[in-house]
Amino acid sequence: MIVLKDINKTFKLKDKEVTAVRDVNLTIEDKEIYGIIGFSGAGKSTLVRCINLLERPTSGRVIVGGVDMLTLSPKELREQRKKIGMIFQQFNLMPSRTVAQNVALPIENSGLSKEEIAQKVNKLLAFVELEDRAAAYPSQLSGGQKQRVAIARALATDPEILLCDEATSALDPQTTKSILKLLARLNTELGITVVVITHEMDVIKKLCHRVAVMEHGRVVEENTVYSLFAHPVQEITRNFINTTSNLSEIYQLIEDKAEIVALDHDEQLVKMRYQETNVSEPLISYISRKFEVTVNILFSDVELVEGKPLGGTVAIIKGGRGQLKQALKYVSQRNVDVEVIKDGAAESVVSKPYAEIA
Amino acid sequence: MELLNLLFPNLMQKLPEFYQAIIDTFVMVGISGGISFVLGIILGVTLIVTKSGGILERREVYQFIDKVINTFRSIPFIILLTLLLPVTRMVVGTGIGVKGAIIPLVFGIVPFFSRQVESALTEIGTGVIEAAQAMGLSPWEVIFKVYLRESIAPLVRATTLTTISLIGLTAMAGAVGAGGLGDFAIRYGHNRFQEDVTVGTVIVLVAIVCLIQFLGNRLAAKNTH
Repeated sequence: MIVLKDINKTFKLKDKEVTAVRDVNLTIEDKEIYGIIGFSGAGKSTLVRCINLLERPTSGRVIVGGVDMLTLSPKELREQRKKIGMIFQQFNLMPSRTVAQNVALPIENSGLSKEEIAQKVNKLLAFVELEDRAAAYPSQLSGGQKQRVAIARALATDPEILLCDEATSALDPQTTKSILKLLARLNTELGITVVVITHEMDVIKKLCHRVAVMEHGRVVEENTVYSLFAHPVQEITRNFINTTSNLSEIYQLIEDKAEIVALDHDEQLVKMRYQETNVSEPLISYISRKFEVTVNILFSDVELVEGKPLGGTVAIIKGGRGQLKQALKYVSQRNVDVEVIKDGAAESVVSKPYAEIA
Repeated sequence: MELLNLLFPNLMQKLPEFYQAIIDTFVMVGISGGISFVLGIILGVTLIVTKSGGILERREVYQFIDKVINTFRSIPFIILLTLLLPVTRMVVGTGIGVKGAIIPLVFGIVPFFSRQVESALTEIGTGVIEAAQAMGLSPWEVIFKVYLRESIAPLVRATTLTTISLIGLTAMAGAVGAGGLGDFAIRYGHNRFQEDVTVGTVIVLVAIVCLIQFLGNRLAAKNTH
């Protein structure tokens, strides 16, 4: 368990002080994948460095696995750091060492024999699926391969925790996916607690169990990933969530006055967001039959978050006023967030929750 | 042989002395270079680890070494030679000859080489050092396994550059009777107007410098991955 208590970190620059982290309190449970998301400059990288004391907090307490980190001697701190692996955006491999030598670096002076080290390195490279590149130098590897080596190196000391500082931010989407898979695998197979720093909501959605949102050095929102996506509270959280869904593209289309969103007087443009596990219900085909409205789906985006479906649909529904009203009422009673973005009768962007219109 | 006699009449008459001068140069460069290499690495590493943000940050230590290096670098070598005469006499017992040249050469080249080492080590990204600290390496391990090991190629280049400068300095030390090729060229070539001696000496020096540069480049390339 990682406990961060009242963490503050202030950097003294030449003529001013910059506070990177303010009053942060977090508890990260064993074996969970915990995400910290924020824009660059939000203080998340500084915060994660407070866990292994690459940055010493100006005030507060850091307790990792029951050990009060700030009270340790330099030697004790080094021992403790061996239990906390870390990977970075820029990989930070040693360029003059081969892949195998890089992975061996943290355990060179650990008392293991040459054979034992070689064995362990092979096992780790097998785990990250890079056995065949053991003799290569980092400059000969792709970004994804470099991060795999960095992960193998971080695992060499058998850590209980892995800190990932923007570990996928320098990688393309396909490679990001494979690295995220690997991180999920080391969490489930090796039981390692993973702390992920990122500015990509997609990473949080695909990998994490719980998440904290940081802004201006503070944690402004914390929740399980599913609940955060389902019920975001802060504006910044909603913005992050919008980046992972194509539903928000509708607003761009309206702004651009696209042909597709030019409505007839008997049409309404609605956004429906599924709140709980009700996506399996054939809602749309039901309302179109029952209330005799036609539903033209423009965007639909349903994803599994923590195994539960989450997402929404943007559609143009067409029908008589009364039928439209009834249809939307029915849908909203099914725990679906309904929002009329544009009303053909009013021919103006209203963007009001259904309840307020009704 | 005929041709050499024709081209370098004076030089060919003092071949044994010429060979001795070459050997003296190598001895001076070798001994003062060896000492300077060790001292320069130590000072360069100390500068890197004690500077602000370094792994063993000690502002006072950094400032002190920094100022001392700057002071010695601003003294022209020819002045340093005479300035250090009492020290040299005290340590090695003589101020002239190959023996007398070692100490001023060390003082002359160490500040230069320390800076070269510092800049070579600066090439290592802070991220790599951060990674090394995150994996629990001790400061000594960071110095030997990361700083020095990762900068072998730039250190080789710095050493090559420094060795060549050092050969230049030995020639200057020749002016105060240190022996070696510089001394040889000045005594015969310059003072007695035997120009072929000067030319011959320069040719040998050019060859030595080229050889050192060639070896340095090869070694640096071999350590670049």
